[in-house]
Amino acid sequence: MLQVILKRIAIAIPVILVVASLTFFLVRMAPGGPFDAEKVVPPQVMKNLNAVYNLDAPLIIQYRDYMYNLVQGDFGPSFRYPGRSVTEMIFTGLPVTFELAFYAIIVAIIIGSLAGIIAAVKRNTLLDYIPMTIAMIGICMPTFLLGPLLVLYFGIHLEALPVSGWGSLAGDKILPSITLGAAYAAYIARLSRGGMLETLTQDYVRTARAKGLSEYKVIINHALQGGLVPVVSFLGPAVAGLIGGSFVVETIFQIPGLGRFYVEAAFNRDYTMILGTTIFFSTLIIFFNLLSDIAVMYMNPRARSEA
Amino acid sequence: MKTKSIYFLFLFLLVSCGETISPVDSGLQDQILHFGNGSEPQGLDPHIVTGVPEHHLLIAMCEGLTIANPKGGENLPGVAESWEVTPDGKTYTFYLNKNAKWSNGESLTADDFVWSWMRILTPSLGSQYPDMLYYVKGAAEFHQGKTDDFSSVGVKAINDHELRVELKNPTPFFIRLLSHYSTYPVHKETVLAHGSIDDRNGMWTRPGNFVCNGPMNLKSWELNKQIIVEKNPLYWDADNVQLNEIRYYPVSNESTEDRMFRAGQLHVTNVVPLEKCPVYIENNNPDLRIEPYMGTYFYRVNTLHPVLNDKKVRLALAYALNRTQIVDKVSKCGQKAAYSFTPPGSAGYEPDTKIPYDPALARSLLAEAGYKDGVDFPVLEILFNTQEGHRKIALAVQQMWQENLGISVQLVNQDWKVYLAREMTGDFQISRAGWIGDYEDPNTFLDTLRPNRGNNKTGWENDEYDQLLELSNSTNDQDLRYEYLMQAERLLISEMPIIPIYTYVRQYQLSSDVKGWHPNLLDTHHPKFIYLER
Repeated sequence: MLQVILKRIAIAIPVILVVASLTFFLVRMAPGGPFDAEKVVPPQVMKNLNAVYNLDAPLIIQYRDYMYNLVQGDFGPSFRYPGRSVTEMIFTGLPVTFELAFYAIIVAIIIGSLAGIIAAVKRNTLLDYIPMTIAMIGICMPTFLLGPLLVLYFGIHLEALPVSGWGSLAGDKILPSITLGAAYAAYIARLSRGGMLETLTQDYVRTARAKGLSEYKVIINHALQGGLVPVVSFLGPAVAGLIGGSFVVETIFQIPGLGRFYVEAAFNRDYTMILGTTIFFSTLIIFFNLLSDIAVMYMNPRARSEA
Repeated sequence: MKTKSIYFLFLFLLVSCGETISPVDSGLQDQILHFGNGSEPQGLDPHIVTGVPEHHLLIAMCEGLTIANPKGGENLPGVAESWEVTPDGKTYTFYLNKNAKWSNGESLTADDFVWSWMRILTPSLGSQYPDMLYYVKGAAEFHQGKTDDFSSVGVKAINDHELRVELKNPTPFFIRLLSHYSTYPVHKETVLAHGSIDDRNGMWTRPGNFVCNGPMNLKSWELNKQIIVEKNPLYWDADNVQLNEIRYYPVSNESTEDRMFRAGQLHVTNVVPLEKCPVYIENNNPDLRIEPYMGTYFYRVNTLHPVLNDKKVRLALAYALNRTQIVDKVSKCGQKAAYSFTPPGSAGYEPDTKIPYDPALARSLLAEAGYKDGVDFPVLEILFNTQEGHRKIALAVQQMWQENLGISVQLVNQDWKVYLAREMTGDFQISRAGWIGDYEDPNTFLDTLRPNRGNNKTGWENDEYDQLLELSNSTNDQDLRYEYLMQAERLLISEMPIIPIYTYVRQYQLSSDVKGWHPNLLDTHHPKFIYLER
C-alpha cells in the first residue's frame, strides 16, 4: 500500500506543475489586466504599477520567476489587495471553508446514508420512494435557490436562525451547512441505496441471515461495510468539490471562506491569487482522491489485493 | 440511539456561540453602527486604494485638511481649523488645529502633510489618485519624473501648525478636494517602520500597526467578514463623536445584504437589489432611501468609427431615446432622466442643455447623414458589462433605436475586465458608461472629455471645448467660471460624443435608529455626526 501511495505522490507533482503552467499562460491570455478600472489609470501610473509587480518583464521571464518562487512555496503578493500575500489570504479563508465543508459533509453523510439504507432495506415501499424522490429533487435543486429559500423561511419568516455570517451569531452555521450538504446528501442517498441493494444480495449476507441473526444485526454488522464502499469512494471528490464549490454558499451567507477569494480573483484578474488558489485546489483534489482510495482499499479486501 | 446523539452533538456544535439579541438592537444600546460596505476593501492605505468601500472606512479613521459637509455645500474644517486665500486664488495658508493628534498620541504637524503629499506624488508608489494634487504648483512635474526635487512643489510647512499651498491656477474647488482620502496625511514613522516611502505592500495598515488621525481607530480586520473601528479618544473633536464602534461588512451580494437588513443585522445597506426597488417604492417601505447622487449614466460613442464620426448620426441616436420612459419603466428606482453630462445641482451649477425626445427630428438627422429610414446603416453594437440593470437598459435602447430610426442594433455583453479592455483600446461602437464625481464641482465631469484625458475614450477632441475648460481654470470669479463651464456643456451636448441617459440616485436602506445622517450629492456620511437613537 505504501508503494501505491508513493507512486501516486510521484505522479501528483508533475500534474501540479502542469496545472500551474497552464493556468499561468491562460490567465495572461484573458483580456484585461489587474489594474484596469472604470476610472482609467494614467499611463505613467500604469508603468509604475507594472514595474512594481514585475509585469513589465517578458512573459517567459515572469513565468520563470513565478515557477522559481512557487517551488520555494511562495505564491507572491496579491495584486488586488496590496500588502497581502496570496499564501496569507489562502490560509485566512481555508479554515472557514474547511469548517463549512466539514459540517456540510456531516449533514450529507447522516441524512444521505440513513435515507439510502432505509430505502434499500424497505425496497419498493413508500420508505424507498419518498426519500429517493426527495434525493432527486435535492440533486436537481441548485444551492442558489435552496439557500435563499431556507433563509426566507427560517431566517425571515420564523426568525429562528440568522440569515448570514459565520461564527458571529448563535446558529449562523446551520443554514449554510444544510444548504451546502443537501445536494451531496442526495447523491449519497442514491449511492448508499445502490451499494446496499447489491450487498444485500451477496452470499455472505444470506449466510448471516441463515445463521438466524436479526435483520438489524445483518444490516449493521455485515451489509453496511460493503454497502457504503461507493459512498466512501465518492467522499474524496465530494470533499474536494465541497471546498472548491463553496463559493455560492459563501456568497449567499456572507461567509469569509476561500471560495469567494477564488472567484473574485478571476473577476479581478488578480493573477497571483488565481494561480495560488488554482494550484492549492488542485493539490487538495489530488490529496482527497488519494485519501478516499486509501479508505476504499482499507474497507474492500478486493481493492487492497489489486493494489 | 447513536445516530440521535451524533445529530444533537452536531446541532450543539453549530449553535455553540454568539449572542441572541439582534445586532441592530444591541447596537442601539452600545452605539455600534452595523454598516453594509459593498465589497472587501483593497486596503487602508489612503495613497494606494481607490473605491467607495475604502472611502467609507478612511473617512472614519483618517482626516484631511477639510471634511465634507454632511448636509452638502462647503467643506468644514478638518485638521485645518481655518485657512486664508490670497486674492488671486492661488495661495492657500492653512492653520492646523493644535489639538490634532495621531492615534498614537503624537501631534500632527504641517510637515506630516508635506511628507504625505510627497509620498502620493512619488512615482514608484504607483498611486492611482496623484492627479487630485496636480492643481498644486509643480506636483504634476514631480510625479511625472520631470524633476526629483520636491522643494519645487508648492507645499511648504511654515511652522508646525501652518501649511502653505501654492496652486498653478486659481482652483475654486480646491478646498473640496482636500476631503478626498488621497490628500490625507499618513504617519511617516509608522509607514517607514514597515517599508520604504514607495512600498505598496507595507504592513502599516494592519490592526496593531495602523496609525491615523480620524474619529475612529482600527480595532480588527477579518478578511471578507468584517472590519471594526472604535472611537478614537485622542481625536481633536472626540467629545462630539457619539458612536463607539462601526462594524463594516463586505456584503457584495445585494440579496444577502437585503436579507441581513430585514433580519436586523445591518443599520444601513450599500444598495437595494434591482428587483426589490420598485416593490419597496410601491409598498412605501419606510427604510428605503432614494437620494440625489453626483453621477451620470450615459452611452459612450466611439467617434473614431466611420459612421459615428458624423455628428448628425450621434444626435439622431440621442434624440431617438425616450429617457423618461427608461427611468419610469426600466430602471424604476427613482433615477432622473439626464439632459446634460454634469448632474444638475452640483455645487450650485444648473446646466440648461436640452436633449429632446423627437423621433421625427432624429430620423431627419439620420437621413441628412445619408441613412434615410436607416437604410445602409451598419449593424450597431452596444457594449456593456454583465449586469442585469445594464442589460435591461440596453434592451430598451435597442428597441427605441430600431423602432425610431429603423436601424439594427446588437447587444454585446462582456465580463467587466473584457469590457474595460475593449473600451480602452477603442474596440467598441457604443458602450454603456457611468461617471461618479470625485468632488462637488462640474469640473470633475467636464474635464474628463478634454483631449488626451484617459477617461475620454470617445476619440472626440474639440479645441473650443478644451479652451473653455482652460479658461474656467484660470479665473477666480465663480460666476464667470460657471459661464465657461456652461458653454462647454452646451458644446458637448451639441456634439454628443456621449449620450446622457439618467442621473444616478443613491438607493439604499437605512434604519430609523440612525440619526445625524443627511442626504448629500457625494453620499459622504461622516461618522462623527452620526448616532443611534430610537
